Amino acid sequence: MSEFRSTPDGRITDERPWWDVFPWWSLIIVTLLAWMGWQIIDSPDYRLAWERIIPGLALTLQSTVYAFGISLFIALLAGTGQMSRNVVIRNLARTYVEFVRGIPMLPLIFTVALIVVPELTELLNARLTKWFDWEFKLSFQMRATVTLAVIYGAYMAEIFRGGIQSIPPGQSEAGRSLGLSRRQTMKSVVLPQAMRAIIPPMGNDFIAILKDTSLLSVLGALEITQRARQFSASTFKFREGYFVSAFIYLVLTLSLSVLLGVLERRMTRDREGER
Amino acid sequence: MTTVVPGSDRSKPMISLKGVSKTFGRNIRAVIDIDLDVAEGEVVVIVGPSGSGKSTVLRCINLLEVPTAGTVMVDGFDMTSSDTNLDQVRAEVGMVFQQFNLFPHLKAIENITLAQRKVRNRSQEEATDVAMRQLTRVGIPEKADSYPRQLSGGQQQRVAIARSLAMDPKVMLFDEPTSALDPEMVKEVLDVMLGLAHDGMTMVVVTHEMGFAKAAADRLVFIDEGEIVEVGPPEEVFAHPTQERTQAFFNKILH
Repeated sequence: MSEFRSTPDGRITDERPWWDVFPWWSLIIVTLLAWMGWQIIDSPDYRLAWERIIPGLALTLQSTVYAFGISLFIALLAGTGQMSRNVVIRNLARTYVEFVRGIPMLPLIFTVALIVVPELTELLNARLTKWFDWEFKLSFQMRATVTLAVIYGAYMAEIFRGGIQSIPPGQSEAGRSLGLSRRQTMKSVVLPQAMRAIIPPMGNDFIAILKDTSLLSVLGALEITQRARQFSASTFKFREGYFVSAFIYLVLTLSLSVLLGVLERRMTRDREGER
Repeated sequence: MTTVVPGSDRSKPMISLKGVSKTFGRNIRAVIDIDLDVAEGEVVVIVGPSGSGKSTVLRCINLLEVPTAGTVMVDGFDMTSSDTNLDQVRAEVGMVFQQFNLFPHLKAIENITLAQRKVRNRSQEEATDVAMRQLTRVGIPEKADSYPRQLSGGQQQRVAIARSLAMDPKVMLFDEPTSALDPEMVKEVLDVMLGLAHDGMTMVVVTHEMGFAKAAADRLVFIDEGEIVEVGPPEEVFAHPTQERTQAFFNKILH
């Protein structure tokens, strides 16, 4: 048996016919989505589910953007912190990353939302009420969003670290040999190059955060999943409720994937011919 | 800080290595007790078998490699002293790498202006002016707006040389600058280096190009197993090597 395909006249070839190369999967998914879309327009049950669930979209998107923004900030600190020359900073950053990455998301959300945040705010508020007659409150939704950010901060810290460490040492050596300081070399030489390795996985994590905002439902935040749960539980229309929520998530994540793909292709096109 | 005024004392060598050793890990002794002075305007070529420690010696000069023992003086500054501002002295010491190490995200001209602006605090216009002058000097002013990936190896290495020269260094270090080049591009880089040597630049060059050593070197240093085995004017060392190891090395590479 040859590892290559053979043509009708018995030759081997490494060319693949169109039906072998065609992305059938996208056709299948588009068909499914079209069918779901049609159901929502056509069937009263699906339309009702849609009308009850879609208001959660705003909260889902908002939590995603907040969580991503905060985790980006945390990741930059923790990622560069792990490479710090300061032994305390380096080990604190490493502890945070290893600790958070080792705990599943759901228990971590409960821990932070039900224990860490209340106790911290209580501590904080003891002072705040005394001095400013003001209380600091964090809604359950914000608590969960912050938890997501803390979790993804650790994952994304690893992306930062990996991206920076993927730049060959010769680059910093060249920078340093020109008299640039460590900081200048990092900022003008290493980071701009590392961004190419950092942006694609960052985009994947953005999508992952979007999906994981569904975990906020355990704290009662009225995002898509929670609304689907409420709708299904009150009407016993489980199929309609969860199909519609899956439909919304798929449309969001798939269009983000396409966008990300375009971005990545553009970035690799820039690199064409690079040694 | 020492009170030495840099460059004021002509009798003082530009570079002075005293008892320099470098040990990697526990017991890999890459460089053993090297003494080497390089006078202002002198061209010293270091040769030796691969793995002999010659690149490590070179990298000890601008402290890309921190010596385990010994002192490194450059332009009157003790590089191994914690009082010395390394960045400041490194700006005076240009370095050219085997792999060029151009910044791939920057155009040739930006490669050359970056450190001028950040370290020498030159304005954009002044830095661009200097960069264009250096690009002309290495013969490729028309490549100013090219990215490194669009240049041949020889062109990249010439941009790298221009990048170092734009800092107005007092010393240039070359770490096997032609070893990663396709054969037809070696000459264009060596020609630039010969020009520099004729212009009186202080140079330390690690290379396998014996032709360059003959043409440009004031002194040839042969290093083997981390030690300086033989030093002398190139024609003398080539014609009458006094050490067996030097002879054996030349026998292998000069046919």
